[in-house]
Amino acid sequence: MNAHLSRRAFLQSTGALVVAFGAADAGLAQAPGSAGAPGRVLDPARVDAYLALHPDGTMTIYCGKVDLGTGLRIAIPQMAAEELGIGLEKINLIEGDTALTPDQGTTAGSTGIARGGVQIRQAAATAREALQRMGAERLGLAPADVVATEGEVRPRNGGAGIGFGELIGDRQFALKLDAKAPLRNPDDYLLVGKPLRRPDIPAKVTGTHLYVHNLRVDGMLHGRIVRPPAVDAKLVSIDESSIAHIPGVRVVRIENFLGVVAEDEWDAVRASRALEANWETRDTLVGDEALRQSMQAGPFESDEVLLKKGDARSALASASDRLRSEFYWPVQTHGSMGPSCAVADVRDGKATIWTASQGTHRFRFAFAHFLGLPEDAVRLIYLDGAGCYGMNGHDDAAADAALMSRALGRPVRVQWMREDEHRFDPKGPPQLLALEGALGSDGKIAAWRTEMWIPKATASLPNVPLLGPDAAGAKQPMGISTGLISQNASPPYGVKNVDVLAHWLKDAPLRPSNIRAPGKIANIFAVESFTDELAAKAREDSLAFRLNSLEDPRGVEVLKRAAALLGWQARPSPGPGGLGRGIAYVHYKDNENYVAIAMEVEVDRPTGAIHVRRVACAHDCGLMINPDGVRSQVEGNILQTLSRALFEEIKFDRKGVTSADWASYPILTYPDVPELLIDLVQRPHEPPLGAGEASAAPVAAALANAVHDACGIQLRTVPFTRERVRTALSGEGKSG
Amino acid sequence: MASVSMTINGKAVRANVEPRTLLVEFLREHQRLTGTHVGCDTSQCGACTIHMDGKGVKSCTVLALQCEGAQITTIEGLANGEELHPMQAAFRENHGLQCGYCTPGMIMAAIDIVKRKGHDLDEHVIREELEGNICRCTGYHNIVKSIAAGAKAMRGHAGLQQAAE
Repeated sequence: MNAHLSRRAFLQSTGALVVAFGAADAGLAQAPGSAGAPGRVLDPARVDAYLALHPDGTMTIYCGKVDLGTGLRIAIPQMAAEELGIGLEKINLIEGDTALTPDQGTTAGSTGIARGGVQIRQAAATAREALQRMGAERLGLAPADVVATEGEVRPRNGGAGIGFGELIGDRQFALKLDAKAPLRNPDDYLLVGKPLRRPDIPAKVTGTHLYVHNLRVDGMLHGRIVRPPAVDAKLVSIDESSIAHIPGVRVVRIENFLGVVAEDEWDAVRASRALEANWETRDTLVGDEALRQSMQAGPFESDEVLLKKGDARSALASASDRLRSEFYWPVQTHGSMGPSCAVADVRDGKATIWTASQGTHRFRFAFAHFLGLPEDAVRLIYLDGAGCYGMNGHDDAAADAALMSRALGRPVRVQWMREDEHRFDPKGPPQLLALEGALGSDGKIAAWRTEMWIPKATASLPNVPLLGPDAAGAKQPMGISTGLISQNASPPYGVKNVDVLAHWLKDAPLRPSNIRAPGKIANIFAVESFTDELAAKAREDSLAFRLNSLEDPRGVEVLKRAAALLGWQARPSPGPGGLGRGIAYVHYKDNENYVAIAMEVEVDRPTGAIHVRRVACAHDCGLMINPDGVRSQVEGNILQTLSRALFEEIKFDRKGVTSADWASYPILTYPDVPELLIDLVQRPHEPPLGAGEASAAPVAAALANAVHDACGIQLRTVPFTRERVRTALSGEGKSG
Repeated sequence: MASVSMTINGKAVRANVEPRTLLVEFLREHQRLTGTHVGCDTSQCGACTIHMDGKGVKSCTVLALQCEGAQITTIEGLANGEELHPMQAAFRENHGLQCGYCTPGMIMAAIDIVKRKGHDLDEHVIREELEGNICRCTGYHNIVKSIAAGAKAMRGHAGLQQAAE
């Protein structure tokens, strides 16, 4: 589809705009620095920030969280429609537009439903109370004698109702979100809990969906960035005669930032390849081979005791037989299918940026800062990109486009090349863990220590420094952000003596960012692998060993259900050979989802290949809004994390990333896809939690435990390449 | 610049292109058929798969000029008005996508598989045949389900297929 930016779409979205009749209401004053479209309320504490009902009975939801292919686009309307009592077909959803939607935080950390959806649900509940009051008054009834359903307020005992559109029409609710507005009883749900279809699928199967890659705006130029051959390289000179044969190309050079633009995209691509640039490079990086050793050498920001229970040091010192193991997770890329892309129009003291960012609101500050504009002159509008699973190159591409648009005074579209994405997207950081543990005389874990070496995220940093502004010498907050990577680093099995210590590294080897289930995958890989090592030492079945010490009934249930799916037979590991099975468990972030994963693998000894045959997952995320969406997220978590554990490591030398494409950074392909058995626990009376991350956390541990069960080797370094498996098998029983 | 003529989704097209212009670029930028997606620039991901003279081809591996006289079908050319091609309908019914970026290439590759391997595809065949198409999200399972269902539904839709080529 030739998707010119539709003025109509913008007008439609603001068409809800409503005359503020309650201008005296202090609540209409917007939150500081959040100037939006005229008449839009953006204060997240106000009902009108989220919902607008229109005279024709339709409704617009303004959602600060965005759908990253994750299904929010149906789930959030399900929550709002259910609570308000309106048909889904009446709802239009606007996502992640800083001029139209309230700041609900970044779409990260699996918070789309748990925070974003829950806020909107509360707005809908507050609105329903208001509509019922208005309707009751019009009907001459008490509020208790009316119901809100099918877009109307009706007498509880039957009879004609009044449409929401007629009741509120062109006006704002002018109400604060009421945390006490009663929610509907889950037993009465009509929409929530149903596997309703996503509205974006038809356009995605016909090739007509508006991805940011497909947006074209009037007067737009196509841009490509000329990346340096090394991280932190200085641009010495360029030879523009090298592209003289390509008509109409212009070079944008701002200090070490180098890009080209052209009317025709192919000309921009050709020019970016042909432009001769002379760079001064330095060997600033540690390289992937020396990385692991370097992490224990520092320099460190600080040490932090994350958990201290009992006296683990003494208990371990006095234990007759203790275990110690190290686990390592390498640098990985998000590996988005599409190269990052954005369109920016920076002119006349204003900036509009169309971006697939997970944090349009969060990044507005950074964009205003490096563009030298007031924050309220900058508007970021979310459009779908390729799935990103954390901060990939999307925000960098948006900054690239903004810098070039400002330089040229015309809208610029920047699309990265595949090589840009693999080499320059911010990376999932490496993690190193050392665990020590000992069994008590009762055969349970008596003492446990976790030490972690991980890059420190800079507190209160609004974003990861963006590549383009950095090269251009523009001021921006410097620091690193990795997500909450220290969580889930202790055993959830009621151990009495536990120490968890983080050695926070000052820096990361490559610019880091959050990557799916930040930190938790590596931490659970270590914790749950080590739990199996202790179970093996106790000559106890892995499942029974966990169940003996786990008290949380929701945790017990998922473990039992996952094991049952696989037909788990109790016995100690390793098994007799052949098919091996392993299990792992997480209580996500220690207070969210309960997930257990069990899997079966075969190890081909001559080649070292691991064949995953079946993966079983029991998943409890509280109230499921849309089980079909949850299932897709769980399947995606399992397969993507299998890929990360089996194949993925970013290779880099002293100058930069050398894994520049899908050949040098292989990922899981169809022939390696195992059978999936998924059991989703529905808990209508529990709060709804996210599903985009938690089930990723136990995958690598379950895999390592299954490999151990199959052939007696304990793999403690990711990825589990054939070479690593063969090496481990040659020194059987030892570390991998 | 060089002149090229081809038929795209049943429509005759003539254009002047820079000789090394890739077919995917020609489709997306010159014909504004942006349903065909660029994923890797290196023929490793399959997102840009189209049909050339009825065969599945990664359009980043073909020059526009090589398509002189060819019949090209893109994802936009599959549906018959409002009526989805059975393979598109199967992806919709089976939730065969997450972000959807790889989807056009998956659907075009899937139809190609059905043409070569018939309507009764077991999962193993589908997986082997799709090794050149990757999905990061990863919706592999539902994609395989979609293709098995779509392959069956394509039986008896020969007319529709022809119209699409």
